[in-house]
Amino acid sequence: MTPTDAAVHKTAPPTRAARTERSDLTSSRLRAAFLFLLPMMTVLGVVAGWPLVRTIWLGFTDANLVDLSVTEFIGIENYYAVYDGEAFGLLVDPEWWNAVWNTLWFSVISVSLETALGMAVALVLNLQFKGRGLVRAAVLVPWAIPTIVSAKMWSWMLHDQLGIINELLMGVGLIAEPIAWTANPDTAMWAVIMVDVWKTTPFMALLILAGLQMLPGDIYEAAKVDGVHPVKVFFKVTLPLIRPALVVAVVFRALDALRIFDLIYVLTSNSTTTMSMSVYARQQLVDFQEVGYGSAAATLLFLVIALITTLTLMAGKVNLSEDSK
Amino acid sequence: MASVELQNIIKDFGSTRIIQGVDLKIEEGEFIVFVGPSGCGKSTLLRLVAGLEDISGGDLLIDEEVVNKMSPKQRQIAMVFQSYALYPHMSVFENMAFGLELAGGSKEDIRRKVMDAAQILELEELLERKPKQLSGGQRQRVAIGRAIVRNPKVFLFDEPLSNLDAALRVQMRIEIAKLHRDMQATMIYVTHDQTEAMTLADRIVVINKGRIEQVGSPLELYHRPANKFVAGFIGSPKMNFLPAEVVELLADGVRVKALDSGSVVVPVEGSQLSVGDRVSLGIRPEHLAVSATGPLSGTVEVIEELGESHFLYVRMGDGELITVQGKGDAKARRSEKCNLQPVDAHLHLFDAGGVALPLLQQHEDKAKALA
Ligand SMILES: Nc1ncnc2c1ncn2[C@@H]1O[C@H](COP(=O)(O)OP(=O)(O)OP(=O)(O)O)[C@@H](O)[C@H]1O
Ligand SMILES: [Mg+2]
Repeated sequence: MTPTDAAVHKTAPPTRAARTERSDLTSSRLRAAFLFLLPMMTVLGVVAGWPLVRTIWLGFTDANLVDLSVTEFIGIENYYAVYDGEAFGLLVDPEWWNAVWNTLWFSVISVSLETALGMAVALVLNLQFKGRGLVRAAVLVPWAIPTIVSAKMWSWMLHDQLGIINELLMGVGLIAEPIAWTANPDTAMWAVIMVDVWKTTPFMALLILAGLQMLPGDIYEAAKVDGVHPVKVFFKVTLPLIRPALVVAVVFRALDALRIFDLIYVLTSNSTTTMSMSVYARQQLVDFQEVGYGSAAATLLFLVIALITTLTLMAGKVNLSEDSK
Repeated sequence: MASVELQNIIKDFGSTRIIQGVDLKIEEGEFIVFVGPSGCGKSTLLRLVAGLEDISGGDLLIDEEVVNKMSPKQRQIAMVFQSYALYPHMSVFENMAFGLELAGGSKEDIRRKVMDAAQILELEELLERKPKQLSGGQRQRVAIGRAIVRNPKVFLFDEPLSNLDAALRVQMRIEIAKLHRDMQATMIYVTHDQTEAMTLADRIVVINKGRIEQVGSPLELYHRPANKFVAGFIGSPKMNFLPAEVVELLADGVRVKALDSGSVVVPVEGSQLSVGDRVSLGIRPEHLAVSATGPLSGTVEVIEELGESHFLYVRMGDGELITVQGKGDAKARRSEKCNLQPVDAHLHLFDAGGVALPLLQQHEDKAKALA
């Protein structure tokens, strides 16, 4: 045995031991992590995974609430089928597409308004003034009220005969006779949008405010010394710097808006002028008892939202990587 | 280039008076340095001049015009912040050009101004970079460049170098001195750093608790501090103060006896003193030397060797710890008794209220000759 060999032999075993020890450590950590995650995964699987899978499955059947035991697999007929040269199914149902467009229209308008207003509120709340804490709390109130409650409240306020809104508007002479805000096809969607904006602007404001508070204060003093106009400072400094926070806020809100159900259902029930994808699916499932067809609609809704989310996130990523260049 | 005049400037935050009536006249092209302990109001005073804070009382004049109510832009000042305050999402070029864009100059004009500044500060290679891709010194140069391009009447600097390491600080200090010489601009500069203050300033303003303690050239403050505060603040290491008693009033000064030690003659005008008065004897560490016959005696507690010089920390009989600075290596040993000999011409005497007694004229001349 040469001295070198001896050295190798002396040093090698501890190294090996250390390595196994480390991998032991890693695997035990992984095991612990898995154990901690297990309950969560189980719950998610039961409350989210299983219903989703089941909904997708039901979408391929002719299930009906009258008797679920005679359910049969019918392939994609809920989506598209041709009988006697005439096309049937969701993909050619004008009411479904009406619901899709309603949902998109509602989402785009309400999220844009909420972003603009939320930004304005956040800018005000970001200023130093007396009683700021109180105002911040007060602004959050509409968001803290459960949707059903605030929707019901607004539906009474918007009521054509008893509503305070008509009374006020007539009182100041803006309108001559009461308007059926939620029943009139011209105003129904706008009524829904207005209530949603009222309710969700605080959430947007809060997310944007969090972004604003991350900004360094000294650059604003520098801009002041340089004599840069506040409006220019807003567009050239504030906006670019809070854009990441803004994108996150918009994505959150858009996801929420695309699933809109409770507000529309409470305010306008099943009216086609405001029917969203969720309302459409509910109508098929519950009112018409068409579980199969309704499930197909729910599945499509899921796909539409997944698609839009993916697109938004991809667009966001592209922008973000441009930023870091 | 402009003169700046502060007339009894006052600043209150709520009910606390932070700046307590400051009078100061700054000449055109002068380099003024504000020094003072932390929290004394240096930054506040600078921000008042800048127009970032409202003035609570008194008048601020730039070029003999009252500017109390004017915005920073109208005052035509430029400020360099300690934190650089660069716009993180803009390139170096955009950072420097941002303040110019509104001024209405043509694109070509702006480009030329920025390029000129970039050349002065050697930033040409970095114009396309974002602030986070720059080193601290480069960022500070960009911040200075942003001030230069605006061609302001007055430059304000709030501790611009304090985030830099020692070597870079020296380099930037020299660059700022050069900049001042080249531009001949009025500059007000806040710093904690003794060396920056001594080397850059035409005049140093020593501030304490929102008041000016003394204004003067660096050497004036060093040789003739007006009071104990300034004496202790200017000069590093700090001046030693020994409690002492007046024993004799002489024609060429005042003989004082430090408690528990021998006596020394301080060349000051002592007409307001009488024998037996309690006074404070001020001796700078560099004006003390170990000598067997020295009148002050104590025990060496700590020795610090710096190579080219050394510090002895000597515990006097009455419990005071005093610092002695000597050239080269220390000869004294720790825990040994030693006697110290002050340079008489450089002694300072402060009365019970901390006010310096005026130096006698002939000794002042002698001190100058010695210095
Ligand atoms: N906006 C403010 N509101 C209330 N008090 C303030 C405000 N700004 C400063 N002060 C107080 O004014 C005093 C002076 O502050 P300033 O920042 O001018 O000190 P400084 O001399 O620059 O100190 P440093 O050397 O630590 O920077 C401090 O006591 C500080 O607490
Ligand atoms: Mg300060």
